[in-house]
Amino acid sequence: MSFLNIDNVTKSYGNVEVLHRVDIDVQEGEFLVLVGPSGCGKSTLLNMIAGLENITGGTISINNRVVNDVHPSKRNIAMVFQSYALYPNMTVGQNMTFGMEMHGIPKPERERKLADVAKLLQITPLLDRKPGQLSGGQRQRVAMGRALVRDPDVFLFDEPLSNLDAKLRVDMRTEIKKLHQKLGTTIVYVTHDQIEALTLSTRIAVMNKGYVQQLGTPKEIYDDPANMFVASFMGSPSMNLLPARLVEDNGQLAAELTDAGGTGLRLRLSQDGQGLRSHLGKDVILGVRPEAITDAEGADKRAQNLQILRNEVSVTEPAGSDTFVTMSLSGKDCVARMRADAEARPHEVFEFTVNMDKAVLFDPQTEERIDR
Amino acid sequence: MSAATQDTAVRTGRITRTFIYVVLIFFALFYLLPFFIMMINSLKPLSEITAGNMMALPKEPTLAPWGAAWSTAQIGVEATGLKPYFLNSILMVVPAVAISTVLGALNGYILTKWRFRGDTVLFGLMLFSCFIPFQIVLIPMARILGMLGLAGSVQGLILVHVVYGIGFATLYFRNYYAAFPTELVKSAMIDGAGFFRIFWRIMLPVSGPIAVVCIIWQFTNIWNDFLFGVSFGGLNAQPVTVALNNLVQSSTGVKEYNVHFAAAILAALPTLLVYIVAGRYFVRGLMAGSVKG
Ligand SMILES: Nc1ncnc2c1ncn2[C@@H]1O[C@H](COP(=O)(O)OP(=O)(O)OP(=O)(O)O)[C@@H](O)[C@H]1O
Ligand SMILES: [Mg+2]
Repeated sequence: MSFLNIDNVTKSYGNVEVLHRVDIDVQEGEFLVLVGPSGCGKSTLLNMIAGLENITGGTISINNRVVNDVHPSKRNIAMVFQSYALYPNMTVGQNMTFGMEMHGIPKPERERKLADVAKLLQITPLLDRKPGQLSGGQRQRVAMGRALVRDPDVFLFDEPLSNLDAKLRVDMRTEIKKLHQKLGTTIVYVTHDQIEALTLSTRIAVMNKGYVQQLGTPKEIYDDPANMFVASFMGSPSMNLLPARLVEDNGQLAAELTDAGGTGLRLRLSQDGQGLRSHLGKDVILGVRPEAITDAEGADKRAQNLQILRNEVSVTEPAGSDTFVTMSLSGKDCVARMRADAEARPHEVFEFTVNMDKAVLFDPQTEERIDR
Repeated sequence: MSAATQDTAVRTGRITRTFIYVVLIFFALFYLLPFFIMMINSLKPLSEITAGNMMALPKEPTLAPWGAAWSTAQIGVEATGLKPYFLNSILMVVPAVAISTVLGALNGYILTKWRFRGDTVLFGLMLFSCFIPFQIVLIPMARILGMLGLAGSVQGLILVHVVYGIGFATLYFRNYYAAFPTELVKSAMIDGAGFFRIFWRIMLPVSGPIAVVCIIWQFTNIWNDFLFGVSFGGLNAQPVTVALNNLVQSSTGVKEYNVHFAAAILAALPTLLVYIVAGRYFVRGLMAGSVKG
């Protein structure tokens, strides 16, 4: 059995079910990120793990103990809140030792732990200040310190970085990752930022409207999204989802699209199989990540199946290290991510190279990925 | 162009400002004048007042009327002055304010941080008590005090004022705590603090401003109350307001206006004092409580 086990869990407020049969297993030492748009139920699920919300149905167990009816303070978890929730009337040191004090841990031990963690997080000089006298990044550190001193089985983070400015957010992200690598504690982390999810996690649960859409490693989520929601939510700019027809071309499967001028064109697929062939001749959605569409020089050297696509460029957006090039395919805007000095010009025809190894197909009716 | 408009803005500003000050000073004088007259007359011998000129400053200032008002004036049947009644008032107002404020804080804490089914309805009902006129509850209250054996006692008056004060106290604290981040309470729960520990260690330390508002409000209301005092105070628990009335209304002997004036000021002194000491917080706290909630 796994370390943190969320088994068939539902949550209702009155008649409204906001979480539907959630099943998630977390192994010891994993970094699980719950990601999804606002209102999808991430915080609710996290609060249920913490014991701050009742569980309507199903069970949650931590370290082989069902905790459905266990008080939050007895679950051996620690939580870092979005607002940090530092007690304004206590000093940093008191904030960090309050939990241990409530648990009746003797003072010398509290002091020792406090000193250790303060040193780890480099906040020793701040211990006598009040939270009001700290910067955002420092508060963030203190909030983590307060969680760390408790040596919990599971850390719970609810959007801990969303109140920080962009630069600090990136720094703290790295710091959290380092901390996880150093301590190896199990972490459940909520965010609506897909980059945070991809960079931090060992596994991601993508949620939408109270359902877990997909649970997998960052690579699985990114390369093999289970459905169109996951495909468009993860990645920035998001995956191009282009209406196409699945056809056969010299015995091989291909996606048929139309270019900016309305002329048909075919991109041969890398995959083949029974599942795909059952959609032959039908409408499908072709999913291609922007970085899989490049100029010839920028293409992935190890790719097996590079297809050439000639099309008119509509817009180019230089963004420092990359240039984003937009074209029209099957009536949709399709974004390509190229190296900065790629020679695409607006309103000129350009020869794109598409790495079809990375393409995925979706069923337009069910929006699910079509497996081969 | 912009400089010109700025210029006129400053000039109109000055005129408006002068106008505002004139009006404010006028009203300040308007309200201070009676107090001034009470003050000067309380320092005159009675003969100076009866001679006619109420507005004149005392020719032979004396503190005798104050002494009389405090300890020898005839109130009711005995010549005790205000002293025992003043003591009654203090014995009544201090516990009543303390109890209603603490209960209000607890109610506000529960209504915002330990929400339950029907809590808003309950709060609505509690607010009702702020708007029920005193007269309506007189008879039921008299019966309840009688049944409890508290009629005519200071304890009875404390009970009445606590019951009446809970509504406002709850309103103040609920609105104040509504703006208090619930995540702090959740965090304290995970840290292992229970219901009272969270209240004591997390909520109360940041409740200063609203506590001051609540205390001033309850203090002035309870101190100045006349109706409950005269209805339920009996003979032994009459507060100073009732005593003042009895002193001024007494029909025997000459009317000692100078003593009356001194007694009136004495009776008003505690509320004045509370305002002067804590008034700043009152305004600040009222704003803090009313912005959110
Ligand atoms: N007390 C409540 N009563 C009724 N519905 C609620 C309550 N709390 C949350 N919800 C609903 O539950 C759903 C999930 O809320 P939740 O706070 O978990 O979203 P979230 O994924 O954390 O979103 P965000 O990214 O905005 O924080 C929302 O649709 C919300 O409206
Ligand atoms: Mg949330």
